[in-house]
Amino acid sequence: MPTFGSFALLLALVLCAYNFIAGAIALRQMAVGHGAQHAPERLAETARRAGIASFIAVTAAAFALVWCSFTNDFSVAYILHHSNRALPGAYKFSALWSGQEGSLLLWAWLLAAYGFVLRLRHKVDVKLTAYASTILAGIQVFFVLLLNFAAPPFALVQGAAPADGFGLNPLLQYPEMVIHPPMLYLGYVGFSVPFAFALGALMMRYPGEKWIHITRRWTMVTWLFLTCGIFLGAHWAYSVLGWGGYWGWDPVENASLMPWLTGTAFLHSVMMQEKRGMMKTWNVWLIFTTFLLTMLGTDLTRSGLVSSVHAFAQSSIGDWFHAFMFLVLAVCLYTYFRQRDHLQVEHHLESLVSRESSFLFNNLVLLAACFTILWGTLFPIISEYVQGSKVTVGAPFYNRVALPIGLFLLFLTGIGPVLAWRSTSFKSIRRNFILPTIVGVVTAVALMLLGIHPWQDQGTFYSLVAFSLAAMVTTAIFSEFLRGARVIQRHTGKNIVASMLQLTHRNTRRYGGYIVHLGVVIIVIGIAGGAFNQSKEQEMGYHDTMTLGPYRLVCQSYTQDSNANYDSEYALLDVYKGNQFIGRMAPERRFYHASEQTSTMVANHSTLERDLYVVYEGRSQETDKPIIKVFINPLVAWIWIGVMVIVFGTLVALTPNLEAAMVARRGHSPGVIAADSKASHAAGGGQG
Amino acid sequence: MSLLRRTFDGELARIWGQIALACLLLIVTVGAGDTSARFNDLGHRMMCTCGCNQILLECNHVGCTVSTQMRGELQASLDRGDNNNLVLQGFVQKYGPTVLAAPPQSGFDLVAWITPGIIFVLATLATALLARRWRHSAVAPEAMAEGPHMDDLRERIRKETEI
Repeated sequence: MPTFGSFALLLALVLCAYNFIAGAIALRQMAVGHGAQHAPERLAETARRAGIASFIAVTAAAFALVWCSFTNDFSVAYILHHSNRALPGAYKFSALWSGQEGSLLLWAWLLAAYGFVLRLRHKVDVKLTAYASTILAGIQVFFVLLLNFAAPPFALVQGAAPADGFGLNPLLQYPEMVIHPPMLYLGYVGFSVPFAFALGALMMRYPGEKWIHITRRWTMVTWLFLTCGIFLGAHWAYSVLGWGGYWGWDPVENASLMPWLTGTAFLHSVMMQEKRGMMKTWNVWLIFTTFLLTMLGTDLTRSGLVSSVHAFAQSSIGDWFHAFMFLVLAVCLYTYFRQRDHLQVEHHLESLVSRESSFLFNNLVLLAACFTILWGTLFPIISEYVQGSKVTVGAPFYNRVALPIGLFLLFLTGIGPVLAWRSTSFKSIRRNFILPTIVGVVTAVALMLLGIHPWQDQGTFYSLVAFSLAAMVTTAIFSEFLRGARVIQRHTGKNIVASMLQLTHRNTRRYGGYIVHLGVVIIVIGIAGGAFNQSKEQEMGYHDTMTLGPYRLVCQSYTQDSNANYDSEYALLDVYKGNQFIGRMAPERRFYHASEQTSTMVANHSTLERDLYVVYEGRSQETDKPIIKVFINPLVAWIWIGVMVIVFGTLVALTPNLEAAMVARRGHSPGVIAADSKASHAAGGGQG
Repeated sequence: MSLLRRTFDGELARIWGQIALACLLLIVTVGAGDTSARFNDLGHRMMCTCGCNQILLECNHVGCTVSTQMRGELQASLDRGDNNNLVLQGFVQKYGPTVLAAPPQSGFDLVAWITPGIIFVLATLATALLARRWRHSAVAPEAMAEGPHMDDLRERIRKETEI
């Protein structure tokens, strides 16, 4: 099977290279008008088919690696180092992306899969898809080259194959690790598609904005995957690392956040191009930057450029990535300077108080946040270069520098959607902002009366601001829904909920976007709760008690267990809130036989109000009693709920409008159509 | 002048003196903080140097001798009555600058703190200027009569009002 896998990768390289070279020649011939009649089209078609076949070849290679993992083929070095006989089946499967070679293969496979779908759907615009397909093939060539020469997943061990493998890193033996990396990679890799379309459209001087329509769903789906990947990673860190937090501003976490920020900026600013023909150069560079940042993220994770708790595999492939990123940047710059006159804007800003200017500032803040994170991530390298010694840039830096930017962004989330395109009148501003502002101020005063005093410390100050802004933005969002729904209600007599549903169906993109904003607000509330975290560490023998906040924990017993994969130690703790028994928790510590490493299994009692997060830290050397660390983390559950709301909102935004159906019904219910039209108008804050 | 003299004479002077004393006590008390709060604060401003890349008080490796030793040293410094700067300097001297969880706000490292702010301000100014220039170069809408071109305009308005 290793030979089959190696051959499949070699075949994939040949097919990708053919796709890239033949595609480039065909497009060149088409552009300059050379070649026999139909010859370039035929050549382009063969290139497309080679691209489709490359997906099959890479799939075969990925299948071969998974097969080797399931059949315990320890003659393959990668399997030897990332699996063992006692490893559960799901983790044998996830071994595919648990090391460098495997995760590069996963990247190549996902890229080939995206390319496969794109090439099958080429009729949406044959020429533009041919450009995008050729650019994607170029990216594929890079990854398949890596897999064939720099990081071969099917490399064999020297001598006889060992009887058992070294096992999977214990931190990766957690259910979320089966789904988190593929999600993140779907997000990373997915941005290659809008990048390829944008670069292709610029190369061929594509008329109009159709490429944006074509890539809108790709971009949103990709963004959704990246969002899910990031938060699954945060949940994994919360559940496995056992330090009581979900985000440590680690370089690898930052690397995933940066393309998310620029991708979010792109999703917003591209609307200005779509609706108003503005910001064309900006959008092209945003998607170029996003793609380059996804490469940088992989580079940071894999090359060991910066130290990280998440960098599970390090090697010298950094040089390959640096060369590739340099090449991509050079191609982008060359294409831009050759074709920049094609990016002339059609309209200019008509008012500083408008949807356009809010998008402009939204982009500015998102980019500022991205720069801050990039700066913080790379500053240790800069410092080492300048001063000769490294410094650490950790959570205290980001909490001080990035949090204010995040709060400003939240503020913009509230005001942007209620501004109208082109210009917003003062009357409209007053009408739309009075209530949210009042709610925000009342929330701040109420919280201060309840004991959240912003002068206590920086964390409390930021929390108070975050809660107040969250209240303001939530009011603004619900006002938008209500304003539109009331118009529909007046004309149709439906109840307000049904009217809201109809409003959302009528313009899924807009109201789906509002739901996503609501999800962001909920996440911010969850994060703001972090200012009130408490923790306590204590040795707990039989019937020892620990009290923290409203909880009382009583140690009923502590014991050990063993299975083929690991030994475990755990404590059984009865938890009371006041006098009410709320359950038994069993925090655990595992020792994995194959890798001879330990891992934490946190016990967490999660409610909307707070998490009771219990960590088994080990046994005291003096008393042999378990050391238990307990955290009370307020509002953490809101973060995961917020993510679900974002997923729901994005799915709504991806759903086609019911406009066509409405048009079909136009003859039957004119009142509804009129109501919808007015609702859209009203909810847009007027047309200014 | 007389107002100033009255302010610092007799009864008023006594009240001012009490207020000043209270403020001094408050400052001294706040400055000192209780040891456990300072331990928590300083412990979150340093990294464990065992290679785990975690904040000192968040390092949760079983038997991590490095963090245990560092916590002990931190507690000892606080018990000696060292102020925060002295504690941090002591750790930097012993473990190197990477022990601090964030760059110091002095020397070249100050660049780390001020650059994002400067970039943000410059970008905001640039955006504001750009927006202003765009606005000035925008063509004033012409009065349009009813006609075939109105269909295009309606389509544009429809696009622009429905995201």
